[in-house]
Amino acid sequence: MKHYQNWLVISLFLCPALLLIVLFLYYPFFMSFFRSFFKWDGFFTSEFIGLANYKRMFMDTTIHKALKNTMYLMFLACFIQVGIGLIIAVFTDSISKGAKFYRTVFFFPIVISSTAIGLMFKLFYVYDGGLLNTLLNFLNLESVVWLTEKSAMTAVAVPVIWQYVGFYFVILLTAIGRIPDDIYESAYLDGINGFEKTIYFTIPLIWDVIKVCFILAITGALKVFDLIYVITQGGPLRASEVLGTYMYQKTFVDYRYGYGSTIAILIVVLGLVISYLVNRHLRREEVTY
Amino acid sequence: MISRYNKRNKFFLGKTMVYCFLSGWALTTIYPLYWVLLNSFKTSYEIILNSFNIPGEFKILNYINAFMKINIGRSYLNSLIISCSVVAIVIFLGGLAAYVLGRFEFKFKKAIHTALMGSLLFPAFCTIVPVFVMLKNFHLLNKHLGLILPQAAGNLPFAIIVLTGFMISIPREFEESALIEGCSVWQVYIKIIAPVSRSAFASVAIFTFLWSYNDLFMSLIILRTREVQPINVLLAEISSQYGTDYGLMAAAIVIIIIPVLAFYLAAQKSIVKGLTAGALKG
Repeated sequence: MKHYQNWLVISLFLCPALLLIVLFLYYPFFMSFFRSFFKWDGFFTSEFIGLANYKRMFMDTTIHKALKNTMYLMFLACFIQVGIGLIIAVFTDSISKGAKFYRTVFFFPIVISSTAIGLMFKLFYVYDGGLLNTLLNFLNLESVVWLTEKSAMTAVAVPVIWQYVGFYFVILLTAIGRIPDDIYESAYLDGINGFEKTIYFTIPLIWDVIKVCFILAITGALKVFDLIYVITQGGPLRASEVLGTYMYQKTFVDYRYGYGSTIAILIVVLGLVISYLVNRHLRREEVTY
Repeated sequence: MISRYNKRNKFFLGKTMVYCFLSGWALTTIYPLYWVLLNSFKTSYEIILNSFNIPGEFKILNYINAFMKINIGRSYLNSLIISCSVVAIVIFLGGLAAYVLGRFEFKFKKAIHTALMGSLLFPAFCTIVPVFVMLKNFHLLNKHLGLILPQAAGNLPFAIIVLTGFMISIPREFEESALIEGCSVWQVYIKIIAPVSRSAFASVAIFTFLWSYNDLFMSLIILRTREVQPINVLLAEISSQYGTDYGLMAAAIVIIIIPVLAFYLAAQKSIVKGLTAGALKG
């Protein structure tokens, strides 16, 4: 129809949205890339230094630490977060009473802001009167300093992982619910138990969805910032620094805009490369139903 | 007979284990909130003495402090102004763009779609530095608009993709008769397309609102003065200053969580749908 080719309508309807996207997403993205080749403090100095920022990244011991911590989060996100999500999804699928209640309570940490959860965990880790130490005292054990150089990374990883378990739970539960019942029927006749059913039927049937969860968990781990900023600010002694908090620190505390942009580019590249690898290596023969 | 009895027994044990595990996880999501709520009614001294017991009397001192001492009311209002504006812009501009992308025929349509998909991969880290400099040059730092624009832009691609997907599926007969009767494209959009797409708009609005209300990273960088800060930034910043006033911190946490929790319990279904659809967004 002619109506659907009116260029005036097309441009009037489309342009405002595209303008915002170009101005605040595409232009800054390419600018960040461009600026990663500069020594730049955002105000006075702006000097082209080629690959020096990238070279510096290889020498910077803090970024090694941050990278290691980020990888640690990715690992936990894939195995613990998606793992628990899968277990509780399989369990919830197998019961009829109370399933709705569990759905409600498992999902709601996602709705709450990471800032609030961060403050909450900060209170749990408090030495005098924090939840954990009160619990220990209750069991007649000595109080523990929870946020030390050694333990800080695990201490901040717990809320990061805990908050999003319910998210993978919902995605996986929906996928499991879509499997038609008659697939299991002959297996039931053979006397299969719940565990075997999960390993041999459910998991292979929802493998594609699990793969999507892995990719979401990995890209999610790269974007962690709020919780760590609130609980430890990357400390003590940078023990819980991740790429996101380090990028913030370098750019907006130390005013090294050029180097900060380089770290941001590293985050994007890591996300793309790791998602690609996961997608490739977890390919299995298609299972259809 | 015996074997059947055993089987049932085993089945029963299995079920019990399942319920134990599920309830165990449910405890980790409910109890922390309950603990915080409990302690928000105690003085810091009482918390140090015993943080588990139910307070002898419920003192609302912490809540009064939250409003008087750290002016949490104002940052509440800031949060609402920012998040509602972001939602309004995303719904309005995103809806129009989605309608055009879903219905009209023109060059570059595919290219635009690919560009939208691509922008889902940009995390805020890789746009924030140039955005910050740009806002500084436009004198928009420390102004609500300075945060609203980039947040809206960040949510638009996802909104457009979801809405386009929905609008493509609306049968064309609906609007074609209206067009033949002489309605303008704008009227068709407002009277037919927008109302029919209600549920998709709801998902997008919910996702965008929660994303914006819960954001810390961008807000922290763009809004640096107390008067304009949303609630998350205020609390992240004062936690170092008032961090030892545990009662006050607990009350502050309750204050951020309560509205979202109430909203969640009221509209759980659309929220879960909106947020899992939002998984697309980077």
